Amino acid sequence: MSDASDALISLQQVDKRFANGVQALQSVSLAVQPGEFVSLLGPSGCGKSTVLRLVAGLDRASAGKVLAPALRADAASDTAFVFQEPTLMPWASVFDNAWLPLRLAGVSRRDAAARVMPLLQRMGLEAFANAFPGELSGGMKMRASIARALVTQPRLLLMDEPFAALDEITRQRLNADLLDAWQARPMAVLFVTHSVLEAVALSQRVLVMGARPGRIVAEFQVRRPARHDAGFRDSDDYVAQCRAVSRSLEAAHAATA
Amino acid sequence: MKPAWRRRIAPAVVLLALLAAWEALVRLAHIPHYTLPAPSLVLQTLAGNFGSLAGSWWFTVKITFGALLLACAGGVLVAAVFALWRPVEEAFFPVAVVLQVTPIVAVAPLILIYVESTTAALLLCAWIVAFFPILSNTVVGLRAADLNLRELFRLYRATPWQRLRLLLVPSALPYFVAGLKISGGLSLIGAVTAEMVAGAAGRETGLASRILEASFRTETPKMFAALSLLVLTGVLIFAGFNALSRLLLGRWHATEN
Repeated sequence: MSDASDALISLQQVDKRFANGVQALQSVSLAVQPGEFVSLLGPSGCGKSTVLRLVAGLDRASAGKVLAPALRADAASDTAFVFQEPTLMPWASVFDNAWLPLRLAGVSRRDAAARVMPLLQRMGLEAFANAFPGELSGGMKMRASIARALVTQPRLLLMDEPFAALDEITRQRLNADLLDAWQARPMAVLFVTHSVLEAVALSQRVLVMGARPGRIVAEFQVRRPARHDAGFRDSDDYVAQCRAVSRSLEAAHAATA
Repeated sequence: MKPAWRRRIAPAVVLLALLAAWEALVRLAHIPHYTLPAPSLVLQTLAGNFGSLAGSWWFTVKITFGALLLACAGGVLVAAVFALWRPVEEAFFPVAVVLQVTPIVAVAPLILIYVESTTAALLLCAWIVAFFPILSNTVVGLRAADLNLRELFRLYRATPWQRLRLLLVPSALPYFVAGLKISGGLSLIGAVTAEMVAGAAGRETGLASRILEASFRTETPKMFAALSLLVLTGVLIFAGFNALSRLLLGRWHATEN
């Protein structure tokens, strides 16, 4: 496992039991370094999202420690969350949605424009700044959601299967956009997915979770080019790594089935 | 023909056809005016008595909109309290249900006994009828905010005021508007019902009192003239709130798309 001493966030022997008695997590330990891209991979219902919620402070661990030493408790803008659904405010324009985190921090619309517009431009949404979410495609909505997450320049980005509902082409484009954004301004990313291909394509490290109760069963350091390279997905090395991760996932499945 | 024009013209054609059929029936069957006046006679009577009927119409409109305004203020205020404190809702919601299910025509005589001012009594009756749809819809609306958006506001440490203004109120708006559309019509019905119970007494009288008064004198055309003003008022209230709904929700809510 990664060294927890200089980690941006770390979970130590974390258990989570819900009020209905379901044990969602058992003795989960993980650490994410500043600027590191880590994927949490596992079957549906294995507690991946619960880990994200604990890290975000949206839920409390039943036992163990959730540490975010580098994140100041009073700095809400240090952490951003992208949900599986775009989770945009349907009554607000794309600009106003992307402005929200800054608005909540007291930044005026005019002052926010200097940060919102370049992000919308990078996400290909510049022409849709005044459009409402209902007028956008699924992929564009998710781009707006990512723009909103990035607007505070967070040090930790938590993503909960953000591209699961998108078609394959859109998904790959958004994967590339996310990697570009990450390389333009490094931040720690904890990315939840159930796609082996996506996890290996995006991350520096993949943590495989087993289900019932959720725990980390394997860890893979991904061998990947230092810079984002579209050719990586076509390489033999990528395929071999996907196969290895996939086997580990199958083994986790078999153990819990 | 373009659909927008067809939508406007078709109801007008149907209405005119119905009026023409009514006119023809009265004339061809030689129905006496005290049994069923022809639309042309109703129009004549309306024009001939417009001065006095307009005064009564204005009185009914004042009661209707006064009650609606109070229902909005009270409904939204109580809904906010209910939404914030569920025990208060559990304790008081049955009272609101009692107000809703008790036929206003049965309660109105009591209210007229207890409340000295006839105008205040009429307002109270109309308010009782109009209050519940706004209350129940707004309570549901305030609780209908997207769960992920709520968590996003939590993550960005929104203040209670920001949460109310930027999340809860816009989420509740479609529900409130739906309640307003129902209550708009109901407040007119409440006002008229209460006037009917109050009878034709008093210095200021509404359209219902004029209908009663005309019925005592078997002035059927005058009854129809007052009735047509009531119908017109109801239709205008309906159209007005539909326009308001389009204005507030038109660009983003499914009910107006």
